Amino acid sequence: MKNHDNHISSYSLNLTVLLILLVLTTTSVLAIKFHFGAFTVAVALIIASVKAAIVLTYFMHLKFENLLLRLMVSGVFLLFAIVVVITFIDYYFR
Amino acid sequence: MSTTEHSDYIDSDTGKMGMWLFLFTELFLFGGLFIVYAVMRTKYPEDFHQAALELNAFIGATNTVVLLVSSMTVAMSLTAIQKNKPNIAIGLIFITLILAGVFMMNKYFEWGHKFSLHLYPGSDVMKTLPHGEIMFFGLYFMMTGLHALHVIIGGILLTIVMFKLKSGKINQEHYLLQENGALYWHLVDLIWIFLFPLLYLIT
Repeated sequence: MKNHDNHISSYSLNLTVLLILLVLTTTSVLAIKFHFGAFTVAVALIIASVKAAIVLTYFMHLKFENLLLRLMVSGVFLLFAIVVVITFIDYYFR
Repeated sequence: MSTTEHSDYIDSDTGKMGMWLFLFTELFLFGGLFIVYAVMRTKYPEDFHQAALELNAFIGATNTVVLLVSSMTVAMSLTAIQKNKPNIAIGLIFITLILAGVFMMNKYFEWGHKFSLHLYPGSDVMKTLPHGEIMFFGLYFMMTGLHALHVIIGGILLTIVMFKLKSGKINQEHYLLQENGALYWHLVDLIWIFLFPLLYLIT
């Protein structure tokens, strides 16, 4: 099978995605300078997660992939989240 | 592949899924380190705060921008080959490789500075630091080092892709290797997106 049926992302879409990512990076640098106290880590992680989601969706073309692959990727991130939660439950309650 | 008779059976969807499965293992390789970081940060918040002040957020931010731009150029190289413009694709991969070089150069200066301050695992200075700071620098060197190794491997992979584009082995019809090389490069970017705030920004 050839790569024929693939979606082609335009140059301008790629550039737009980069600009959004750069704006988000600047936001996180500025946000941390303003100190949200206990929320600083949360703010940084939320912005990083949004950036990661954008890279996965557009640069890694998940938006244009089949449902199975998208479910697999979501499943792996869910699995990782569960591992993190279980680790912290273990850490706090042992 | 074009010389064998059954070349038409190469299924690009399966090839790509194989790459994704490999990327999942990479995710857990770094994920494990992220979990260690999270637990240690909870255990030694003060030490982590002190140690993180040693890192240069400017170099970290510069490298973030470098990687984000390189991620775009490699994504664009895929657009170029899909539109049957191999020369543009080669040029864009070449720019990506230069950016990878810039990233590694920054890393060299950054690590070099730490070494000149005798801040490296097992050094005499490091042994005098509180336990949490030793953990922070250990994780810093392990995570950025493992990430830098991935930058080097990604660079080698993209160099191979560039030469195959030149020889026409990767073309508008068959570009699975370029797609997978690009996926690997985006993973390198993806990991840095989390490393940057966790190590450099949050103090």
